[in-house]
Amino acid sequence: MTPLLEVRDLSVSFANEQGTVRAVDRLSFTLAPREVLAVVGESGAGKTVAALALVRLLPRSAVIEGHVLLDGLDLLALPARGLRRVRGNQIAFVFQEPATALDPVLTVGNQIGEVLRVRRGLTRQETRARAVELLRLVHVPAPGQRLGDYPHQLSGGTRQRVLIALALASDPRILIADEPTTALDATVQAGILDLLRETRDRLGTAIVVITHDLGVVAEIADRVLVVHGGRAAEEAPVLDLFARPRHPYTVALLSATRGL
Amino acid sequence: MTGVETPMLEVDDLVKRYRTGRGVVRAVDRVTFALRRGETLGLVGESGGGKSTVAKCVLRLVEPNEGTIRLRGNDITHLSRRALRPLRRDLHIVFQDPLTSLNPRMTCGTAVAEPLRLHRLADRKARDARVAEIFDLVGLRRALRYRYPHELSGGERQRVGLARALVLRPSVLVADEPVSALDASVRASILALLRDLKDELGFSCLFITHDLTTVEAICDRVAVMYMGKIVELASTGELFRAPQHPYTRALLAAAPVPDPRVQRARRREALAGDPPSPFAPPSGCRFRTRCPLEPFSAPRSTREEPPLLEVAPGHLVACHLVRSA
Repeated sequence: MTPLLEVRDLSVSFANEQGTVRAVDRLSFTLAPREVLAVVGESGAGKTVAALALVRLLPRSAVIEGHVLLDGLDLLALPARGLRRVRGNQIAFVFQEPATALDPVLTVGNQIGEVLRVRRGLTRQETRARAVELLRLVHVPAPGQRLGDYPHQLSGGTRQRVLIALALASDPRILIADEPTTALDATVQAGILDLLRETRDRLGTAIVVITHDLGVVAEIADRVLVVHGGRAAEEAPVLDLFARPRHPYTVALLSATRGL
Repeated sequence: MTGVETPMLEVDDLVKRYRTGRGVVRAVDRVTFALRRGETLGLVGESGGGKSTVAKCVLRLVEPNEGTIRLRGNDITHLSRRALRPLRRDLHIVFQDPLTSLNPRMTCGTAVAEPLRLHRLADRKARDARVAEIFDLVGLRRALRYRYPHELSGGERQRVGLARALVLRPSVLVADEPVSALDASVRASILALLRDLKDELGFSCLFITHDLTTVEAICDRVAVMYMGKIVELASTGELFRAPQHPYTRALLAAAPVPDPRVQRARRREALAGDPPSPFAPPSGCRFRTRCPLEPFSAPRSTREEPPLLEVAPGHLVACHLVRSA
């Protein structure tokens, strides 16, 4: 299958007075339509920086090299205007901590509405109807009433669902979920993973899940990219990776998780 | 209980209420358990279960409203701060995040020496020797004594936290999510260290965590908490082999197994909805609003709070539908 997204030799470095840190080092991977790719690694491996670099969501101090091809279009070569059309519309993000990723002074309805008006150009009435529809899609109970709620009035699980609804508001083709369940309790986590899978199945969205948790990988991924020290340590279909890990780092990671 | 060894720590009918602007929360609601000599007892559950509040009450970092806490048979529930001070040698805590629990302006060596200094247990030279010794014991290079917490890695910092908690050789260690902030490989090594230290120093441990994999790795017995109550208590083996309470079962089912073949073949008993508001817990059984068995236990579960009863030797469950075999 032709890939939807192709990342070639992506490198990201940060320079400061103490020298240059290469956070991501010649990382290459592809993402097929409807695929769930898990990017796994421990803290500091470069997972998040790599994901943010795809649509240049990094501070100016970051030097990004390589190619990020979406339908053959190199996102790293796009001007800011063109890139803005890609962010959200083509590639949307779901961040780890739903409490900080949502605006605390805007209601749920206003936050989803903002995306719908700006990205989709919907009218007020259409916006409300679509917002309710989105909340229903992510299984938020009593969606009509939730529109008037502020983030702090919601539970952690519901906040994460709202965040996913927000990401889906502009019908992205790719959803990048950075540790989407790390801040959640186990019984709530299961529901969010079900929701991500359902999103892929129903809407055909390709998903990149960034995680340090091999349990999450086992649950949801089709293919896995193991990142260590900014580099790809191993890439394999999920069953192969767990059955026959090849890279010593993958082996170590698996045994650290299993052999507690 | 004649002829039975005095437990290291006994918590009896503990209640802790917090008053807030939105009402009163019973964070811990009639919790009873005993920590036996040499054992590691896990206190597990999700956020808001009351695990950490139990830990804080045990250490008298917060004052319990009702109930008793006994440390090696001595009632410490109402001891004054002064009277409590000598007993503090015997009871120490390790927190989740050593970066916030260690003083950033104190070198790691000074932080570890502080309990010795405060209890006036050794002169300066003897203190230095004890600190060097405990650094060896927790696997830290002695040179790290002169570093500040922010200069260390997460795993090293947690070793400093352990060194500080254990430098007085307490008989009870309370560990509040000590490995939750760590990466998998570091977590495994800290748990291994904790097991070794327990063998070497012989303390008993109250281990608080939300992670069942960690429980399985380190605990002898487990108490599962939900909304301020213990809903099940059993040996680790029995709890994992034959969980009885529907909440325990849901927790076990929710933890993904790091093996795609196993994980994808499992049938998950997903819980309905979100946890209820702690300001207005459901009547009767607090778990009933999310319980897959509610249709079978109602209406009794809506009226009566299920007591924690022994269903098998050493296995306690609080559920109307679970009876002794």
